[in-house]
Amino acid sequence: MASHAAARNGGARRDQRPLKKRLADASAPYLYSAPALILIVTVMLVPLILGISYAFRDIQLLNPMSGGFIGLDHFRTLSQDQNFFRALKNTLWWTGWSVLLQFIFGLILALLLDKPFYGRAIVQALVFLPWAVPSFLAGLNWAWLFNPVVGPIPHWLFALGLMNEPYNILSDPQLSMWGPIIANVWWGIPFFAITLLAALQAIPRDLYEAASIDGAGPVQRFISITLPFLAPTIAITVLLRTVWISNFADLIIVMTNGGPADRSQIVASYIFTQAFKRLDFGYASAIALVLLALLISYSMLIVILRQWLLSKD
Amino acid sequence: MTGKRIVSILAHRLAIIAYVVFALFPLYWLLKVSVTPNKLLYSEGIKMWPSRTSFEHFDFVLKHSEFPTFFKNSLIVSGSTAIIVTVLASLAGYAMSRFSFRGKYWIVTLMLLTQMFPLVMLVAPIFKILSPLGLTNSLTGLVIVYTAFNVPFATFLMQSFFDGIPKDLEEAAMIDGATQFVAFRQIILPLTLPGIAATLGFVFTAAWSELLFSLMLISGNDSATFPVGLLSFVSKFSVDFGQMMAAGVMALIPACLFFLLIQRYLVQGLTAGAVKG
Repeated sequence: MASHAAARNGGARRDQRPLKKRLADASAPYLYSAPALILIVTVMLVPLILGISYAFRDIQLLNPMSGGFIGLDHFRTLSQDQNFFRALKNTLWWTGWSVLLQFIFGLILALLLDKPFYGRAIVQALVFLPWAVPSFLAGLNWAWLFNPVVGPIPHWLFALGLMNEPYNILSDPQLSMWGPIIANVWWGIPFFAITLLAALQAIPRDLYEAASIDGAGPVQRFISITLPFLAPTIAITVLLRTVWISNFADLIIVMTNGGPADRSQIVASYIFTQAFKRLDFGYASAIALVLLALLISYSMLIVILRQWLLSKD
Repeated sequence: MTGKRIVSILAHRLAIIAYVVFALFPLYWLLKVSVTPNKLLYSEGIKMWPSRTSFEHFDFVLKHSEFPTFFKNSLIVSGSTAIIVTVLASLAGYAMSRFSFRGKYWIVTLMLLTQMFPLVMLVAPIFKILSPLGLTNSLTGLVIVYTAFNVPFATFLMQSFFDGIPKDLEEAAMIDGATQFVAFRQIILPLTLPGIAATLGFVFTAAWSELLFSLMLISGNDSATFPVGLLSFVSKFSVDFGQMMAAGVMALIPACLFFLLIQRYLVQGLTAGAVKG
């Protein structure tokens, strides 16, 4: 930053350009970024602030008398709302398992693809394909696979003796959450694999050669070379992905709609249901505000952890 | 070749095959049910391939349902979003890559923050803002919303492509008397064509997949996009599995085309700024 300021001062002293040209040059970066910025501010920042104000107002779309300022009433209701606390617990469950399984299978896939073999390019295209499938379609597709009428999965589980009769796990209160989780893992493995594969390919190959000359086995090489090199990528990807997945309601809305009896409802899908089905914008915004506060605290954790990782090097 | 080495190669290939099967099986099943005639749907429900195939479901969906309208709407929305986002992101990404200016840090921070906070928060306020403007139930409204959502990530993506092009190129052109904008348009942009194609592909796929905002903002069939149409079809005619899956296969086509187009840039290009699905 200091050197950049010095360069600018140095530039100004030698500046022979006419004022008009200098003004045009100085405004150039702002002109380039203005259209994007204006759009972001009006379509994302303004509604965000408006949404925060809704959390303290009674706003129901179908009730023209609503709109008044009601202070913390929504938050009092929220603190008594059993469905909300269940959704909060479900969010942890959904996010934890989705991220963990996506990461493990994504890492294994990246390691497999890092070795050269015949047909690697085509295999890579095929295993990354789920990532291009629209999320609503991924959800529907898996919902159909779990459906005993047209899907094979209940019949396989029945044949393996894991089910007494072929039935739909999406309508089982104990298991319904696993449907969207499995769909999410299928859909999200490619993302982890892509990111980790890129990080793997950046590791200098001679390190491995040197290690094998020194007699290190594959497991040892993995632990002492691969993992330390991947650690920063893993940390950042996992943490960012956690935030993203905890907000990702599409699969749940498509596959179970939060049901049966709210057993697979997460906070994000609960917000959407309040706004979309009950048209209670005020209450939806209050829940959203709580979610935002939780996510900000989590993000602070990321920042602190990142600082700590950087200072360690 | 020792025995141990053969075993490890064999295990590697088997694991690869397992991944390919897991990745493709759901899509294969979608295709299989969509070409299974109704008569065989239940009697041969879990067979790997029906004894007779037909395109009757596709025929029905194309001729007697509103899916062609949904398809056209989604194409218009995703196409316009992709083009507008790419133009805006090229400009902003160029500014981020080539200039150092006051406020840049805050702009980058703002764009990063938009990637972090839950978009579902905006469902209600955006509906409230767009409704009096007549932009609910309209494709224009969707394009505006999707454009804003996708611009930050696309800007980071374009910036990483611009960063890969040496600065000397436009400096040389500017010494020859071209303004920076002319140099940007005539020299830098053509060199980033692969990056532009990748950005177009990403944004198109993202807009094609978006569900929550189109559910909230669109209510009529006339301006329904594919996800909205498919979901309302599913809740209304939930027994016509063949037709639903035929529609699903159609929804898959544009996304897969774009994926094949961009997939070779994925590992090199995406990693620079990839935080988003």
